Amino acid sequence: MRDHSPRLPTSPGFWRSPLRGPWFTSVLGLVLLVGITVLFVTGLLSYAAYNPGLSPVNDKTPDKGILGFYLFAWPTGPYWLYRLTQGVHVTLGVTLIPVLLAKLWSVVPKLFALPPARSLTHALERISLLLLVGGALFEFVTGVLNVQLDYLFPGSFYPLHFYGAWVFFAAFVTHAVLKTPAAVRNVRRMRQGQEAADGGELVPPRPDPATVTRRGALWFVGGGSLLLFGTTAGRSFDGPLRRTALLAPHGGADPGSGPNGFQINKTAAYAGIDDAETGEDAWRLVVTGRTGTVRLSRAELLHLPLHSAALPIACVEGWSTSDQWWRGVRLRDLAALVGHDDDPPDVLVESLQRHGSFRRAALRANQVADPRSLLALQVNGEDLSPDHGYPARIVVPAAPGVLNTKWVARMTFGDL
Amino acid sequence: MRKPPKGTAQLLLLACSFALAGYAGVRLLGDDWLGVTLWFVGAALLHDLVLLPLYAVADRGVVRVFGAAGHRERTMYVRVPAALSALLLLVWFPLIGGQVDRRYGMATGLPADGFLGRWLLITAVLFAGSALLFLLRLRLRLRRATKDRPPVAH
Repeated sequence: MRDHSPRLPTSPGFWRSPLRGPWFTSVLGLVLLVGITVLFVTGLLSYAAYNPGLSPVNDKTPDKGILGFYLFAWPTGPYWLYRLTQGVHVTLGVTLIPVLLAKLWSVVPKLFALPPARSLTHALERISLLLLVGGALFEFVTGVLNVQLDYLFPGSFYPLHFYGAWVFFAAFVTHAVLKTPAAVRNVRRMRQGQEAADGGELVPPRPDPATVTRRGALWFVGGGSLLLFGTTAGRSFDGPLRRTALLAPHGGADPGSGPNGFQINKTAAYAGIDDAETGEDAWRLVVTGRTGTVRLSRAELLHLPLHSAALPIACVEGWSTSDQWWRGVRLRDLAALVGHDDDPPDVLVESLQRHGSFRRAALRANQVADPRSLLALQVNGEDLSPDHGYPARIVVPAAPGVLNTKWVARMTFGDL
Repeated sequence: MRKPPKGTAQLLLLACSFALAGYAGVRLLGDDWLGVTLWFVGAALLHDLVLLPLYAVADRGVVRVFGAAGHRERTMYVRVPAALSALLLLVWFPLIGGQVDRRYGMATGLPADGFLGRWLLITAVLFAGSALLFLLRLRLRLRRATKDRPPVAH
């Protein structure tokens, strides 16, 4: 297109950066192709980890329809599974932010290109790009806000992030199919010292002199990613590593010292737990199953066979603790107490919590049956603190933190 | 230019994509279709029409200042630390800005007031590192220039 009025963003001459061009865009695009695919898969896994098909109390998107086609019974091993998948999901997402921003910057002239549509296909492709860009930003923004407990978005996080991901992914796959071959070709040709074959329209007709090389600009983007990674990744570990997560939530120092000093998702005060309900005289665990109901005091629970398990707490927000040494009664032993001797069934666990979306949570039979699944009474050699669920809490290997119900009041065994 | 892609295949692909996006979209819009639409479209508009122009103009300003002083090539020494610091602020502004102090402190039992200080310290370190690198390179260049100069005849 001829270029008479470079003062308008609709004219190619308006865009001056010599960095823009097929190589820069192609490299960033390929990084995002891999990165976002991993984000999507780990995101879907996180939804599966909630076992939404097991009980309505586990499912925040009950009208998902075919979008839940892939769901499966979440395993209990390896015991660090959710810690890994969700740590990757959130940390990688934060790390990719500079790449996403740079990619959007590199193609912004196309947003203003005239005519708005050259053909029906082109018009549809541009609408699809709105879903792509809007979807990407929507997913990153809701995710980043949610891990900081800043619930500004219009509605509950789970449906927004889940359905938003599918809208985004629909546009992402289309974009990837249409553009990946050209991006791969471009990178390959530029590597061999040839000119790019596609995407020449991104090259500015009248570039300003460079202040940085293309390679330097890529290092710059990578440096941004590295900085975010370095100040975030530590929140998946206890001890000195956590202190390196300088700006991320649950980074820095632990909330306390001693056996109960590790990270807390929701404190007892925040969950509205009253000391009067958890005292030795007041609290009774109500266990219901095939043969009826049993009520157990904490002292009685301590007289049942106690077992240990070293398991982490891994939160959907992407942070996790290292392994803690839990001690308590096996869930399958509790099931046996109420008549489920050989084949532990599912269980519905209810907390003393008055509010909070997971005050009731369901565990699947395979989780109940695992010998490491405990109703924990102690951690790291001491009684649980109120903030970690005193008098008793659930710990299940590989399960998301929200299913490790604290302040347990009632357990109902049976097929849900 | 690329030759026009196989039009039919592309149309079918787009139709398939819109159908899936629509299926998820009606569920996404759910109870608050206006709010969600505003967020979805607003995110794209806010980025493309506000955030990007803002940082592009700021960057051009820096380039121009250095250009006026005849040192355009030194732009990166300001651009890199400034952009990295802005990036951290963009990602963690709810915590840095103290927007969620009460909820964060109550829920996690962690202090919520350290983020601003830590961000400022990181920013200081980034700029200091950049300045140090600049001085080192300057010295290196000066030394090389002195070495290359022919010995002065007395």
